[in-house]
Amino acid sequence: MIPFTYTRASSADEAASMAIRTGHKLLGGGTNLVDLMRKNVELPSCLVDVTALSDSIKETQEGGVMIGAAARNSAVAAHPLVRTRYPMLSRAILAGASAQIRNMATVAGNLMQRTRCIYFNDVAGSRCNKRSPGSGCDAVGGFNRYHAIIGAAPACIATHPSDMCVALAALDARIHVYNKNATRIIPIVDFHGFPADRPDLETVLEAGDVITSIEIPVSPFAARSAYRKVRDRASYAFALVSVAAGVTMRERTIDDIRVAFGGIAPKPWRAFRVEMALRGGPATQEAFDDAVEAELARAVPLAGNAFKIGLTKRTLSAVLTELTGDAR
Amino acid sequence: MSNVQNAVIGTVRTVLGWVPSQWLPGGTPDPLIERRAAIGQQASRLDGPAKVSGQARFAADVAMAGLSYATLVHSPITRGRITKLESGAAEAAPGVILVMTYHNMPRLGIVPMIGGTNLSAAGNSALPTMQGPDIWYNGQVVAMVLAETQEQADYAASLIEIDYREDSAKTSFENAKPDSRAPASVLFEKNHVSIGNAEQELNRAAFKVDNIYRTPGHNHNAIELHAVTVAWDGDTVLLHDATQAISATASAIAKLFNLKNEQVRVLSPLVGGGFGGKAFWDHQIIAVAAAKLAARPVRLILSRDSVYRMIGGRSPSEQRVAVGADAEGKFTSIIHTGYSIMPPYAACPEPYTLGTRAIYKSKSFEIIQRYLDLDIVPNTFMRAPGEAIGTFALENAVDELAHEMGLDPIELRLRNEPEKHPISGATFSQHATRQAYLDGAERFGWEQREARPGARRDGEWRIGMGCASGGFPYVRMPGVNIRIELRRDGSAKISCSAQEMGMGTATVQTQHAADRLGLPVEAISFELGDSALPVAPMAGGSSQTASLSGAVIAGAERLTIELLRLAGNDSPIAGLRAGEVQLAKEGIASLDDPSRYESFRSIMARASRDEVTVTASGSPPLEMFKFAMHSSSAIFCQLRVSDVTGEIRVDRMLGSFDCGTILNPKTAASQFKGGMIMGLGLALTEETLFDERSGRIMNASLADYHVPSHLDVPEIDVIWTGIPDPRSPLGARGIGEIGITGVAAAVANAVFNATGTRVRDLPITLDKVLSEIP
Repeated sequence: MIPFTYTRASSADEAASMAIRTGHKLLGGGTNLVDLMRKNVELPSCLVDVTALSDSIKETQEGGVMIGAAARNSAVAAHPLVRTRYPMLSRAILAGASAQIRNMATVAGNLMQRTRCIYFNDVAGSRCNKRSPGSGCDAVGGFNRYHAIIGAAPACIATHPSDMCVALAALDARIHVYNKNATRIIPIVDFHGFPADRPDLETVLEAGDVITSIEIPVSPFAARSAYRKVRDRASYAFALVSVAAGVTMRERTIDDIRVAFGGIAPKPWRAFRVEMALRGGPATQEAFDDAVEAELARAVPLAGNAFKIGLTKRTLSAVLTELTGDAR
Repeated sequence: MSNVQNAVIGTVRTVLGWVPSQWLPGGTPDPLIERRAAIGQQASRLDGPAKVSGQARFAADVAMAGLSYATLVHSPITRGRITKLESGAAEAAPGVILVMTYHNMPRLGIVPMIGGTNLSAAGNSALPTMQGPDIWYNGQVVAMVLAETQEQADYAASLIEIDYREDSAKTSFENAKPDSRAPASVLFEKNHVSIGNAEQELNRAAFKVDNIYRTPGHNHNAIELHAVTVAWDGDTVLLHDATQAISATASAIAKLFNLKNEQVRVLSPLVGGGFGGKAFWDHQIIAVAAAKLAARPVRLILSRDSVYRMIGGRSPSEQRVAVGADAEGKFTSIIHTGYSIMPPYAACPEPYTLGTRAIYKSKSFEIIQRYLDLDIVPNTFMRAPGEAIGTFALENAVDELAHEMGLDPIELRLRNEPEKHPISGATFSQHATRQAYLDGAERFGWEQREARPGARRDGEWRIGMGCASGGFPYVRMPGVNIRIELRRDGSAKISCSAQEMGMGTATVQTQHAADRLGLPVEAISFELGDSALPVAPMAGGSSQTASLSGAVIAGAERLTIELLRLAGNDSPIAGLRAGEVQLAKEGIASLDDPSRYESFRSIMARASRDEVTVTASGSPPLEMFKFAMHSSSAIFCQLRVSDVTGEIRVDRMLGSFDCGTILNPKTAASQFKGGMIMGLGLALTEETLFDERSGRIMNASLADYHVPSHLDVPEIDVIWTGIPDPRSPLGARGIGEIGITGVAAAVANAVFNATGTRVRDLPITLDKVLSEIP
C-alpha cells in the first residue's frame, strides 16, 4: 500500500468534482478496493469516501425500486421491497461473499468491483493486461478454472465476479450516473464492457462520473424467478457458474423470460439468445437445451474451464425446469 | 536417514526382542491406567476464558517500548541471481529505520535441521538466509524493511528495486521423475520394503486393483500468522515467538548468532495453531538480525502471502497403489510406490507409505518412495504428514477392491486385520481397529448404505456413504525434562518448555499431575512456553502428551525418592522404598498397607522444608522399538452429490478412534473434529496452485486457497474405544494428527457410492464428478 489521502464527499456534486482529479478514486465499503490497495494493484493517491451519498431504498413512481449508491448489500438483500418484488436479487446478494463483507459493501461498489483473477492480483510475479495494458496475460496458459468461456479476448479472460450484478442484468437495472450537473442513465447490460484490446477499461464510466443510484423497473418475474450459484465450497467462493432467471408463463408457453449468467464472462452476461429462443415457445427440455446451445455457440473454452460449458447448460436447464415445472 | 541408521535401529529392535517386556520402560503398565481421578474427566481448557475474552497474549500482541515493524520482500523469480539491488528510496522513505539485504545482513551459518538424529533441531531449510545474491526458489526472502509503523514498512518495501538474472529452474513434477531419488530410509523406517514378489502375486490374484492417485500441494493456514517480537538487551536476546519448537528455536538462534544458550530466551505461551508449519524458518533469523542491527525491538508478522511464499507446505504426491486378493478376500499383494517433492535443502519427507506398512496383513509387499528435486520453498510437515494422503490412496483402492468383489468394504478390511505388525512382526501393544469399525458402523447406521452406487436419491441429489481407515503411529520423544516443585501448602508447580498450540497441553498435564502426585487439580499449576524452563523437544508427531507424561512420571518417581529420604526414620512410611509406595491423598502411602501414610505437609514440616524441588527427564522411549504401537480409526461419511452441478455437500461424518486412554474427552473431541475438518479440506477444496511455468504459488490467500467454510462442515460425531495401551504412559497415544487421516478416502468412497464415479485425484471438485454424470 502506498500513502494516500482520504476525504469524504457530502454530495454527488462534490464527489464528481473530486472524482475527476488524477489519482482520485471513489471509496464505498472498501471490501475490494482496499484489498487491491494492500496488494499494490490499485494505487490511488486520494480516496474519496462516497458512503455519505444516498443509501435509501425507495419505490419509484412507476412501481420499481430506486436503490441509493451507498446502500449496503445486506440492507438491499433484506429490504421488503426487494424481497417481495425481486427475490432473485435478494438471493443473488446473499449468495455472495460473507455476512461481514455484505454489511460493508455498497451496491455501487459491487458494480465497480474488479476481477478476482489470481494473475491480476499478483503484481510482483505475473503479467496482466488489465493491470498493465500490453504486458501480456499469464492466465491464458495458467490456472483458468475461474475464467471466462464467453465474451473474453486473447488479451484478457478474466470474469466479473459479482453475484448481485447478474441479477441486476436479468432485471434490466438502470444505473444513474451524475457528472457536471447532469444525470444520465445507463442500462446495466451496457455498463460493463468487453475486454477486446483494452481490458483495463471495464465500464463505460468517464472521468468525474459518480454512480448515484440503481433503478430496477417493474418486473413481472417475481413469482417465477431464481438465482442459482454453483461454486467450489458452500459459502465464500466465487461462482463457477451462476444463473439468474425469471419467467412468465401463458398456459404452457413461455410468455416472457430473462436470463443472465455469472462466472463465465467478463461482464454480467445477459443471455439474449436464450431469451430469444425461448420467448413464446414451449418450456421443454429440448427447448432449454437448444436455447443454451445458441448462447454458448461462440464459447471459447480453455484447459481449466471447459467444464463450464456443460455446467452452464445443466444449471440453466435445471433452473428453468424448476421455474416452469407446474405449468408443463 | 542413512543405511547406518537403518542398521542401528534394526539392531536395537532385535536386541530388545530378547528382553522380557517387564524390564522395559512401560513394560509394567502405568498404575494410573487403573487408578485415576482427574484423568479422563471432561475439563475445559484452562486458557479458554483468556482466549475468548481477548486477554490471551500471542507473540504478535506483546507490547514493547520503542517497537519497530518489519516487512519482507520476496523473490518473484525461481532460480537466478540478484544483479541490482537499489534500496536508497526505501531508506529515505518516512519512518524507515533499516533496510536489510544480503549486503548488510550479518554473516550467519546454517541452522540445525529437523531430523531423527538431532531432536534439539527444528530448522526447515539448509539454505542460507539472505547471505548472498543467489535465488533458490520463488518466494525466497531478499530484503527486509524496518520502520516506525507497519504501514511505513510496507510502503518502503514497495520502493526497493531489484533486478534479477533468471536461470532455468526445475518446476515440473513430471519432468523431474527421471532424476528422482529413493532414500535409504523415510523418517525412522527403511524406505524400500520388499516381501515376497508383490508384482507376481498381483498378476495372479483373483481380484485386484492397480491405480495412480494424485494429491496436490497444500499450504499451512494456521489462523495465527507466523509472528515474532524480538528485543536485545546487551548481549542477550528475547524472542516472543509463535512456535511449536521453543527450545530448538532458542538453540538455533544461539548457534547462528554465536551466543550461549542462556543468552537466548524464547517465550511462546500460546500459539494459534501449528500443524507442523511453525518450527524454525527464515523470519526468526531475520527479526533477530534486524533487532541487532537497528538496536531496536522488532516485530515481524508475516502476511498471509508471506506464509505461502516462505513457509513450506505439504508436498504433492503421485502414488501407485495396487492391492491383490485371493478368492476369500485375503490380501496377497500390496504395492505402494510413488513420488513426492523434497529438494535437497529440505528436511521433511512426505512419508505417505508408512501407514500402509502397519494397517493390513498381506502375503507380499512392495513399498518404496521416491523424491523429486524441484526448486520450491522447502516442503515441511503438515498434520499427519504421510498418513493424511497415503490413506487417501490406499483406502480408496481397498474400497474399489471391495466393490469389485461385491464385499462390504468393512468386511474386506476386517478380513485383513493383522494380528501383529505386518512388516516387522512386532507385537501390537494394543490394537482394536475391529472394535472401532464395529462401534462406528453401528452408531453411524452403516447398514443403511446401499452397496450399489447411485441407488439412493433425494430430488436432484444422489446420496452416498463411505468409510475408510486412518492411522497414526505412537511416538514418545526422548529428552523431555521437567521440574516439579512441591510446596508445603499442598500445591505443586510443574515446569517444562513445552508448547501450547491450542491442544490443551497444560490442561491435560494438570489433570495428569493431580493424579500422579495425589493432589487435587486446583493445587497444580503447569508452566510451559518458555525456553528458560527445563528443555523439551518440539511439539510434533502427536508426541507431546505422551512425552510430557513420561517426564511427569519420572519427576514423580524422583519426588517420591526425595520425600522418602526427608521422611526419615520417624515416619509411618519409614523403611519403604519408592517401588513400595504411591503418592495419594496429598501424601505418601504404602501400596501394601495404605494405613502406613504420611502427608506431604507433615513430612516437609518435620524436615523444615517449604518446598521440595526435583528435576527429571523422561525415560528413553524403548517401548516404541519393542512393540508395534499404532493408533487407528474408522471414518464414516455421508454426503450428497448434485446430479445437475456435481457439487458435493457432506451431510454428516463420524470418527471412531482407537487411541488408547482418552485423557480429556473435551479437548480430545476438539482435536479429532478439527483433524476431520482439515480432512474435509484435503478431500474437497484445498489445493496449492503451483504454476509450473514460473515456479510460483498463485493462490497465496485465504480467498483463493479454499479451506472449508462453516457451511461446508456438517455435524461430526466422535467416539473412541478408550482401551488403554499397556505400554504407554497413562495408556494414552497421541491424538493430534490421526483425525485428518482416512477422511479424504471416506469422502471419495462416499462420492463413488453416490455416483459410481471414482475420483483418484484430490481435491474432489465438481468438474471431476460432473464429467462422469450423464
